[in-house]
Amino acid sequence: MAEIVRMPKLGFDMQEGLLVRWVKQEGDSVQKGDILAEIETDKATVEVEAHGSGKLYRHLVEADTSVPIGDPIAIVADEGEDVNVDELLGSSGQKEASSSAEAKKEAPEKKEESQTSESVESSSQTGERIKASPLAKKMAEDHQLELADLSGSGPGGRIVKKDIEAALAAEKSKPVEKEVQPEAIQRPTEEKVEALPQAIWQADYQAPKDQSVPMNKLRQAIGRRMVESKQQIPHFYVTSSVNVESLMLLYKQVNGSLPKEQKISVNDYVIKATALTLRSFPAINASIKGDSIVKHGAVHIGVAVAVEGGLLTIVVRDADVKPIRVISDEVKKMAARVRDGKIKPEDVEGSTFSISNLGMFDVENFAAIINPPEAAILAVSSAQQVPVVEDDELKIGWRMKLTLSADHRVTDGVEAAKFMQTLSKHLENPLRLLL
Amino acid sequence: MEKREYLDIYHQMVVIRILEEKAAELYQEGKIGGFLHLYIGQEAVSTGLISARKPQDRVITAYRDHGVAINAGLSANEVMAELLGKATGSTGGKGGSMHLADVKKNFWGGHAIVGSHLPIAAGLALGDQYQKNDGITICMFGDGATNIGYFHEALNLSKVWNLPVLWVCENNQYGMGTSVERASAVSDIRQKAEGYNIKNDYVDGMDVMKVREKSLEMIEEIRAGSGPQFLEIITYRFRGHSMGDPERYREQDEVGKWRENDPIGIYRKYLLEEKIATESELDEQEKSAEEVVLESVRFAESSPEPADEELFANIYADN
Amino acid sequence: MAKITMRQAISQALWEEMERDPSVFILGEEVGVWGGTYAVTKGFYDHFGEERVRDTPIAEAAIVGAAIGASLTGTRPVAELMTINFAFSAMDHIVNEAAKFHYMFNGQMVLPLVIRTVGGGGRQLGATHSQTPDAIFAHFPGLKVVSPGTPADAKGLLKAAIRSNDPIMFIEHATLYQTRGEVPEGDYIVPIGKSTVQRAGEHVTIVTYSKMLELSLKAAEKLSKEGIEAEIVDLRTLRPLDMEPVIESFKKTNRAVVVEEGWKSYGVGAEIVSRIYEEAFDFVDAPIKRVAQLEVPLPYNRRLEQKALPQVEDIISAVKEVYNG
Repeated sequence: MAEIVRMPKLGFDMQEGLLVRWVKQEGDSVQKGDILAEIETDKATVEVEAHGSGKLYRHLVEADTSVPIGDPIAIVADEGEDVNVDELLGSSGQKEASSSAEAKKEAPEKKEESQTSESVESSSQTGERIKASPLAKKMAEDHQLELADLSGSGPGGRIVKKDIEAALAAEKSKPVEKEVQPEAIQRPTEEKVEALPQAIWQADYQAPKDQSVPMNKLRQAIGRRMVESKQQIPHFYVTSSVNVESLMLLYKQVNGSLPKEQKISVNDYVIKATALTLRSFPAINASIKGDSIVKHGAVHIGVAVAVEGGLLTIVVRDADVKPIRVISDEVKKMAARVRDGKIKPEDVEGSTFSISNLGMFDVENFAAIINPPEAAILAVSSAQQVPVVEDDELKIGWRMKLTLSADHRVTDGVEAAKFMQTLSKHLENPLRLLL
Repeated sequence: MEKREYLDIYHQMVVIRILEEKAAELYQEGKIGGFLHLYIGQEAVSTGLISARKPQDRVITAYRDHGVAINAGLSANEVMAELLGKATGSTGGKGGSMHLADVKKNFWGGHAIVGSHLPIAAGLALGDQYQKNDGITICMFGDGATNIGYFHEALNLSKVWNLPVLWVCENNQYGMGTSVERASAVSDIRQKAEGYNIKNDYVDGMDVMKVREKSLEMIEEIRAGSGPQFLEIITYRFRGHSMGDPERYREQDEVGKWRENDPIGIYRKYLLEEKIATESELDEQEKSAEEVVLESVRFAESSPEPADEELFANIYADN
Repeated sequence: MAKITMRQAISQALWEEMERDPSVFILGEEVGVWGGTYAVTKGFYDHFGEERVRDTPIAEAAIVGAAIGASLTGTRPVAELMTINFAFSAMDHIVNEAAKFHYMFNGQMVLPLVIRTVGGGGRQLGATHSQTPDAIFAHFPGLKVVSPGTPADAKGLLKAAIRSNDPIMFIEHATLYQTRGEVPEGDYIVPIGKSTVQRAGEHVTIVTYSKMLELSLKAAEKLSKEGIEAEIVDLRTLRPLDMEPVIESFKKTNRAVVVEEGWKSYGVGAEIVSRIYEEAFDFVDAPIKRVAQLEVPLPYNRRLEQKALPQVEDIISAVKEVYNG
C-alpha cells in the first residue's frame, strides 16, 4: 500500500521545514526506519524516517524547498506497485489542485525513469537488500560505516566481519581529515600554553589571505532568527549579582561525593533554580502567538550548546519537577548527542525559556538575544571572588551576575526584577534545589 | 486394642467419607482442578491396613490417595489445601490430588502412572533391606495395575531378592470402566502372586477389623523375614473412577447392593454389638470428624496461593 | 599421571566411591558374577559381595524403579542399563518418576541416583542397538544428563554424579572404552553442569561431546595444517546445559559447527545453534552448521553404517564451509 510521507512537525512552534537533502532517491528500496531526507528547522537539522517499507516511489518536492508541516513530500510504495498519485494525494485531501496538476504533468516521465532505473538496478544488484552477517551489521553500526558502500566477500556477496575490518583498516590509512569537535559552551576548554610566533620580524611577511566561507544552513538560520528577534522584539535587560557563596560550597561538597560522570555543574543548579522560579512567573514562561500571549503550563528549559559552526538549544523538559541529578544527566547526554551529530528532534524542540551560560569563560557579564517565540532568556556569567561589603566590612565574597533579557510586549521591568529576586533566593539557598 | 484406638479408626473412616464428599462439592464448584479420584466405599481398606503398620513401615499407593493420606497421618487441612492447590498443601500445591505425600510420616506418595510405583516400592524395601532397617513397605494398587508389566517385574524382583514388601491389591472390580473379568486373565488377582511363588491371601474389604487382622498377620511375618506377601482386598467403588465419569458401566442395583454393605455402617454395628462404644460416643466422633473437615475447607480456602518463585524451586536437590 | 583407558577410569571412580561410602551399591544386568558386559565392574562382585553388586533380572523398569525406591531411603544406587537402547523400557521411570519426584513432591523426596548406560553406534549392532538418543533424555527438567568424552572427565564426572543428590543419566560411549588418557589418581571430581574448552583456537568454534569430541580433535589437527584453528568446546553435561564457554568462544570466533552423533532433527545441535542465535546474534558472522548422523535407522552393513555416522572428514568440510562462509 502506497503511503504519503509528510513534512513532520518537530516542535510546538515549528511552522515549516526546509528539505535540505534527499537521502533516498526515487526507486531506492526503503526499510522501515531508514532515513529518507534531511530537514532543517529553525533550530536544527533533523532526519525524516520512513514509517513503512517498500520503495521510494516519488519525491513530491525537490531538495532545498521549504515545506509547511503536514504537506506531502514523498510517496513510499510496495515494490512493483503502480501508484495513482493523483488519487492518493486527492484522497488525502491535503494537496492543492495546482500541485496535483503539476504532479500529474510529471507523472509519465517519472514513471519511465523509474522503470529504467529499476531494470538497471536488478542487473547491477543495487537497491536489493544488502546481505550482511549480524556481526558485520553490528560492527558497521558501531563504526558508522554504510554497508551499501562495502562489497561482501562471503557467499552470495554477504558482507562479513573481515570486510568490515578491511574497510576500517583502509579508513585508518587514509590521511586523517582534522575533525573539529564542536564543544558545548558549558564545557571549559583546556587551557594550553600556545607557542609564540617567531620572534624575528620578517620583512617579507605575508599575512594569510582572506577566506570566503559560505554560510552553512545553521549559520543562516541563526542569522535569520537573531536579526528577526533583535529587530522585532523590544528587549530590556535586568542584571542581578547573586551571592553564590553557599552554592560554590555545596557544588564542591556534592561533586566530592560523585564520580566524574555524575558531577553536577553550576549550570545544572541554575537550570533547576530558573525552572522553579518560572513556576511562579508564568508570564515570563511564555510565548507570543499572533495577538495572544501563551503562558506555558510546562517548564521546558532550553540550554544553548555550541556546535561546529553555530549553536543549538537543547531542551530539558519539565525541569521544574525533575530532580537535579536527572537534569544533569539529561544535559550531559543531549550535549553528547549534539556534539556527535546524533541529535533527536525532541532534544532541541519545545523550550519555553532559554539559558545561555558563558560562566566557564571568565565572563563578568553579558546579555543574550531572546530565542523567539520565547519571552525571555537568561545570561549566566562566571562565579567570581570579588570584594563585598558585609556588616560594614570589606570581605571577599562569591558573586555571579545574571542578566535577564525580556520581551517588553510580554512583561515589564517590575515583574522581571521580581523574577530575578526570586531566582537569586533560590540560588542563595541551594540546598533546596537538591531536595 | 484400646477403646481409644477403636474410636480413632471410626473417626478416620468418617473423616475420609466427609472429606471426599466435600471434595466432590468443591470440585463441582470449580475450586478443585484436574482429576479427582474419590475413596468413598473403600475406607475400610486403607484404614484397616494402615492401622496395622508401625511407624517405620512405609506406605506407597496409586492416585486414589486421599484416604490413604489421612490414614497415614496427614491432616485433613493439608490434604484439602493440596486439593485446592494452595501453598499450605502437603506438596505446596505442586502435586495435587494424585500426588499427596509426607515422607516424615512414611507416606511415600500417591502415584499417577498406573503400576509405576510397584518397582519403586520394591526399591523402598530394598533400601530397608540394604540398610538392615526394621521397616517393611506396604504397596497399594488397584486391580487394573496387575495387568501392566511393572507389576510383574516388581513382584518377580521382590521374590528374587526376598524383599520386605506387602503387595496389596485393592480389587474394586473395575479398572476405570473395564471390569476385572474383561481385563485380567484371572479374576482372582492373587493367582498372579501364586505365579511368582509369593505367599498370598484375600480379605473382605468392607470390614475394617478383618482387613486389620489380616494385615497385622502378614506385616509381622514379613518383618520376621518371610519375604514378600500379597494381599487381595475385595472392595467396591461407590463413585465413578473419577469425578465426571459416566457411571453407565454399572447397573444401578449393583451399586445399591453394596451400599447396604457400607463399611462405616458395618463397623458401627460391630462397635455397638460388641459394646465397645455407645451410640452417643459414635455420634460424637462423627460430629468431630465433620468439624475437622469443615475446618479443613476453611483452612484451604483462606490459605495463600504458592508464590511465583515456587515455580522454579526444587527442580534439583543440588544446585 | 597415569595413562589409563576410559573403562579403567570409570571402574576406578565406581570402586573408589564404593570404598568411600557404604551406601553406594550397584545393580543391573550382568554387573556381578559376569563382571559387566563392558567389563567395567570386573572384580567388584568378589570384592564387595552380592549385596552391593546386585545382578538383576532383565527388567529395566524394575532396575530403575528399584533404584529410585532405594535412593529415596537414603542409599546411593548406581543402576546400570546395559545399553541406552534398553532405557526405553524404563522410560517411564526415568522421565515420569525420577525426573519428577523432587519437584512434584515439593522437595520432600531426594533421589541420589545414577543411571549408568552405554550409547553410540559404529559396532554393527543394527538399528535397535546403535542409537544415540541423548537429546531425548536431556529434554526433561529434573533429570541431569552427563556424557564424558575423555577418561579423566569420565572419572571426575562419575564421582560427582555418585555424590550428587539428583537423578543422573550417565551416558558412556561404547567405542570410547579403549581410549587412553591421563587420569588423576584418587579423589578427582569434575563438576556436573560445566562445559569446557578442550582445544583452543581462533577461527571456528566446534561444540561437541562424548565420542564426537574424539573425532573433532582429529579434525582440528588436520585443519590446523591448513591454517584453520578450531576451538573445541566439550559440553560434558547436556542438562543442565552450560552455554557460557560456548558463547565466550563464539564471541571470539563468530563461527561455529556443532557435532553430535545422534540425529540432527530436534537434536543437541538444534539446541546449541538456537541458543547461540538467542544469546549472541550480533556475533554471528556466518551460518552455523551441524554435523550429525544421517536421518536413517543405523544399518548393519559396515560401509553403510559408517556412511550414516559422522566422520572426521564431515567435520573438516563443515568447518571449512563455515570458515569460508
